[in-house]
Amino acid sequence: MADKRKSCLSGKGVTKVFGFGRTRTVAVNNVDFDFKEGEVISIVGESGSGKTTLAKMLLGLISETEGDIYFQGEKRDISSHGKRKAYWQQIQAIFQDPFASFNIFNKIDSVLLDCINMRGGGRLPYEQKVEMMTEACSFVNLKFEELTNKYPFELSGGQQQRLMIARIFLLKPKILLADEPTSMIDACSRATILDYLLQLRDEVGMTPIFITHDIGLAYYVSDTVYIMEKGVFVESGSADEVILHPKQPYTQRLINDVPKIYEEWDLSTV
Amino acid sequence: MKHMLQQIFQSGKFVTGFVIFVAIVLGVIIYPLVIPDPPLKIIAQGTFFEPGIYVNVYDSINTKYYTLNLDEAAERRIADRLGDEDRQAIQTWLVGNGMAENEIDITNTEQLLDQWFNNFDPTTRLPGMTNADRNYYIRLNNNIQGLLRTEGAVIAEMNEETAVLEETATVPQTAYVNISQVPNVRILPLGTDNFGRDVLTELIRATGVSLQIGLVAGAIATLIGLVLGLVSGYIGGFVDDIIMFITNLFTVIPSFVLLILISFSISQEQRGAFTIAVVIGFTSWVWTARAVRSQVISLRNRDHVNLSKLSGHSITHIIVRDILPYIASYVIMALILQISSGILAEAGLSILGLGPKTTEVPTLGLMMNWAMIYQAHILGKWWAYFPVILTIALIAFSMNLMNTGLDQVFNPALRE
Ligand SMILES: Nc1ncnc2c1ncn2[C@@H]1O[C@H](COP(=O)(O)OP(=O)(O)OP(=O)(O)O)[C@@H](O)[C@H]1O
Ligand SMILES: [Mg+2]
Repeated sequence: MADKRKSCLSGKGVTKVFGFGRTRTVAVNNVDFDFKEGEVISIVGESGSGKTTLAKMLLGLISETEGDIYFQGEKRDISSHGKRKAYWQQIQAIFQDPFASFNIFNKIDSVLLDCINMRGGGRLPYEQKVEMMTEACSFVNLKFEELTNKYPFELSGGQQQRLMIARIFLLKPKILLADEPTSMIDACSRATILDYLLQLRDEVGMTPIFITHDIGLAYYVSDTVYIMEKGVFVESGSADEVILHPKQPYTQRLINDVPKIYEEWDLSTV
Repeated sequence: MKHMLQQIFQSGKFVTGFVIFVAIVLGVIIYPLVIPDPPLKIIAQGTFFEPGIYVNVYDSINTKYYTLNLDEAAERRIADRLGDEDRQAIQTWLVGNGMAENEIDITNTEQLLDQWFNNFDPTTRLPGMTNADRNYYIRLNNNIQGLLRTEGAVIAEMNEETAVLEETATVPQTAYVNISQVPNVRILPLGTDNFGRDVLTELIRATGVSLQIGLVAGAIATLIGLVLGLVSGYIGGFVDDIIMFITNLFTVIPSFVLLILISFSISQEQRGAFTIAVVIGFTSWVWTARAVRSQVISLRNRDHVNLSKLSGHSITHIIVRDILPYIASYVIMALILQISSGILAEAGLSILGLGPKTTEVPTLGLMMNWAMIYQAHILGKWWAYFPVILTIALIAFSMNLMNTGLDQVFNPALRE
């Protein structure tokens, strides 16, 4: 059964090899995928399975060793600075490690102002920019008045991660690649922030792609799930299909590894 | 910017280094205003005059005398005149005359002279003493007697008609002049060098010139190295290949050899201090380029650079704002090392006789070169080379302190 929704990002035989000789690592191995516009996608896999590497290729931050990536049905062309900028106006990311993601010499204001500029709001009066930044921060439970004139490294890990997410509310991209976006945020804020992010889907038709090793989270947010093992998609399909009826032992293992609060922890098998 | 400066000046290390450096620079600027002598003027007839205050003898004689009756004056005068050799001879004679050696203290002038006058007899012949020895002791005795005279010195002028000396005045031993009333007094805090130049005046000018050479050479080397390193590290690919090819070429030929060849091919006449600085700068950028390149390669895939890309920034913006600040302290350190190695390279060239021409300005390298050629270090003329070494060390030390202090500011994550 062919899916009638428009494809926003797809790939054929996408491969990434790091190093050569004895240090050769195949981080992503010949993966095919087709992400549809408007659906919520999760890529789940254990640590080191190649999720971040795939995300960076999708973002055009590293080049793919082999394979092709198609953006909105056409072969992606990011050969010049202008084309890259246009591409990044459509596709944005939340990086996995917030501590490494900010320039320590730039104030928080400039991080957020860059986002407004990226959407062509550079000429707006400053008051209006402040208003936009304050609103974006409120979505992630931050107070802009407390952040202004501070440096990112003066914030806690969770706060930095929320600042990363606040960018998205200013950028409103068509595609969001969120690499472990809430790993450092308390469970209470997490649900609110995820809800706000999902609202963007309805508001601007954003396609969120969550990258996580938490299959529970994937089940909670996504329509489609891709399971990644050692650089390969071993299983994919609708969330219910994959998580409730896993076909692969690897998927089964990922599901079993999620601790359940009411179940007694069985430490004897560890 | 203001905030940054405040931060910098809160660092104790930076301030210490800065104070030393500014003191050196101020010395270089202010000293010539106070003593405007040309630094290469030969003032001394003879080599290596010791540091000290030089009082014009002729003027002192013609300056008003004051009489001061000071007890120790005579004793001090004798103690100063009585050389070590004479004291040794006195001791030998006294021991030969039957006095116990431990009774004699040759450093105690008064006691020694007492013992001498009580025992010496020109007719005594000690065992094993030759005639020549005897005459020597008689002469010594006369000299010592002369030292004890109290009449003062006679000043005489030659009568031009009769060619007879006529006494015009006597300078008593109790006569003193006030040094501030002597019209010609020259302080030579570091003495004179082998050519008879005032070392301090020369050193201060040399420090200024060497700092300029270091700065020009260091700035050129760092600028070339930085630009090439940034471009080849960040852009990579074909551009990187070409730049690395040139860099490797320069690495294979040791830069000092290159420096010698270039300096050699420029005639002595055209070799000014500035030319030398430029040549040093153009031959020493290689390792800065390599170091910067490897730093940039490790930085260019960091997530903060990725985030900057995702924010639509241009390559120039990313290099200047996201890469450069992260390597700024590194570059400053490179600059500091380039400045001191520039100063040293000039010294090396000067020692080979390929430095700046020697007729115009002194440099620290030339001063070292002269001191070495004239063997100041062997002759123990420390003032001709030690202050030069100290100056070079102080410059390097102060800049390193500043660098360490800057590191804490440039790298805000290091701040407490
Ligand atoms: N720049 C690189 N150079 C060499 N090898 C790399 C590089 N980046 C990633 N790898 C390797 O590729 C593999 C996949 O790494 P990747 O970061 O994509 O994993 P991940 O799925 O994101 O893991 P995690 O859940 O821990 O973030 C790992 O084996 C890693 O060592
Ligand atoms: Mg990852």
